[in-house]
Amino acid sequence: MANTPFLDRVRSIFSDVFQVPLEEVRAESSPDTIPNWDSLQHLNLVLAIEQEFNVQFSPEEIEQLLSVELVAALLEEKRVACEVS
Amino acid sequence: MTDRDQLRQQADTAIAAGDWVEARATLETLWSGHASAGLAGFVAGRFEKLRGHLPFHACRVAILRSFTLEPVIPLLRACAWVNRIDLSAKVGEFNAYAQEILDPAGWVYDYNADAIVLAIQTQDIAPELWDGYAESGAAEIRAAVGRVLADYRKWIETLRARTYSYVFVHSLELPARPSRGILDVQDGESQAEAIRDINAGLRRIAAEFNGVHIFDYDAVVACFGRARYRDEQRWAAVKLPMKADAMLPLAEEWVRYLAPAAGRVCKVVVCDLDNTLWGGVIGEEGVSGIKIDREYSGIAYWNVQRALADVKRRGILLAIASKNNREDALEAFRSHSGMLLGTGDFAAERINWIDKPTNLREIAAELNVGLDSLAFLDDNPTERDRVRRELPEVTVLELPVDPMGFAEAIRRAPVLERLSVSAEDAERSRYYAEQRVRAVAFGSASNVEEFYRSLAQEVEIGPVTPATLARAAQLTQKTNQFNLTTRRYSEQRLAELAENPAWEVHTVRVKDRFGDNGLVGVMVTAAQGDSCEIDSFLMSCRVISRTVETAMLAYLAESCRARGLACLRGWFLPTAKNAPAADFYRKHGFELCTTTDAGTLWHLDLSKADVTCPDWIRLTVTEESSLGKYAVS
Repeated sequence: MANTPFLDRVRSIFSDVFQVPLEEVRAESSPDTIPNWDSLQHLNLVLAIEQEFNVQFSPEEIEQLLSVELVAALLEEKRVACEVS
Repeated sequence: MTDRDQLRQQADTAIAAGDWVEARATLETLWSGHASAGLAGFVAGRFEKLRGHLPFHACRVAILRSFTLEPVIPLLRACAWVNRIDLSAKVGEFNAYAQEILDPAGWVYDYNADAIVLAIQTQDIAPELWDGYAESGAAEIRAAVGRVLADYRKWIETLRARTYSYVFVHSLELPARPSRGILDVQDGESQAEAIRDINAGLRRIAAEFNGVHIFDYDAVVACFGRARYRDEQRWAAVKLPMKADAMLPLAEEWVRYLAPAAGRVCKVVVCDLDNTLWGGVIGEEGVSGIKIDREYSGIAYWNVQRALADVKRRGILLAIASKNNREDALEAFRSHSGMLLGTGDFAAERINWIDKPTNLREIAAELNVGLDSLAFLDDNPTERDRVRRELPEVTVLELPVDPMGFAEAIRRAPVLERLSVSAEDAERSRYYAEQRVRAVAFGSASNVEEFYRSLAQEVEIGPVTPATLARAAQLTQKTNQFNLTTRRYSEQRLAELAENPAWEVHTVRVKDRFGDNGLVGVMVTAAQGDSCEIDSFLMSCRVISRTVETAMLAYLAESCRARGLACLRGWFLPTAKNAPAADFYRKHGFELCTTTDAGTLWHLDLSKADVTCPDWIRLTVTEESSLGKYAVS
């Protein structure tokens, strides 16, 4: 999972949105480990990722985006889907 | 490593090294190339580290809204920072704007906002004009328009009566797809027309109040693209109506209103010539070789000149700083048929082979403005970079590589926006042209008194009126040099002072043999016991060093006597810029009473001393005043 091409860019966005140093953002970082991850910050995170990768998440997908690696995995999936279709 | 990552690192390196100017320049470049919701947090966080090291204009914004706006706030703060505005924003409760306005104890009245934004969507305030419009009858539609406008009027009146803040009212958005389809533009009741009626009504209401302005939200949506702007899924899920990439244009548009509200404006655009005002190099290609007309590729530069001519009508001066042989450049303006601007459009020019920072310093000195009043327009990134580093006060307008985008960069610049334009603003360039003739007259006069006499100045002093209120407030906000206390007043606040029986607000108009200088001075005074306290005393730099200030003071002394007041008292509060006014009280016979950290308090006993108007100035006093309309309840 750690070698996904999206992981570093996603970590960087987490660092910016949650205002935590990049080195503290790990693949498994989640609402349990990032203190100010509330519903509003979650929305900010979703919007930042959508803009950065030019994708759109459905409400169902948004509910799953609860760690760095889950975001990276979903992006990979959507990107693949994009290329196939 | 990408350009973006590199810039991020450079900004951090500069901050660590304490190189604040470099850090700001890097963050500006980073934002102009990569602005996004993700980057907003980084940029704002880094700018916060520059606070205290570089000057920023503070601005507090209260946002009252009917929809989710929180995710736009980080973008708004980043956009504000790159425009040198340190912005704090508070967003009201979701869809609670009406209660928050009407409750006298509402948070908005404690927040001390510079600006209040009223952001309401069409579908929230007028659902019958949005969904199901096709089922509404003509009477229902008219009733809805009337009800909405009556509501807005009540809210605007209440906000105006209870605050001194600017109020920015969002216009209502038109639907991308009208309920009646293409029928909407045929006969019958048009949905778009009904919403436009509300927007036109809002404009009329705003015009009745000082400091209330329409924020054209519908234009933001239209400019981005109606069909692309909205995100119905997100609207249903979290009440955020727009897509992620539509948030930035909204934030940018807000900043174009907040910059003038916060006083973050430039008064002069200093322009390069070759490849900026025309295509090509005049010194090499000659008048027939340069490109400036309405065909391709001259159109890019014609559009630049058009944008500059438009900006000039807002009272912003134009100036030239160009490396050229002066005669070649002037010849281009005189004899190229495609040229839109003429040499008379520029208030100052430095066409020579001297470096740009030196020329910009000279232009600022000649026009009597600070370097922070200059915006610099140059196609050459190296020149821009040099000015950015050597003259950090100057605003450097970032331009794209393609000249077709230059005009847009001028039109988008928040520092060139104005919320209102007074008659003085539109005529400012002419005042400065007359100033140049005066300077020549001064050169030919053998002594300074002869120069004063040669001017044949007429000074007209009178109470502030509805017609002069906006200009008077503007002068308190923009005058830095001859300003004894540098107290900034909004129109509303100034109107309230003028209404107070103990206070007086006077304006000063100066004419001379070269022309009308317009409204150039303001005095705010308050009677306290047997003394007259000078709260504000200021004069535009346009008339500095012409003894107008003595005439103004002579008027105050005279009017005190007439009202039986025994003395004049006033503070001088020094700032980085008001040294020209430092000796004012001493020179006019005032005695020093007190010195504090903030400044010095001066006193003139009218039974022992007097101030007389110089005999080369004809002083007239007008008494008409009617500020009833501006009464604040």
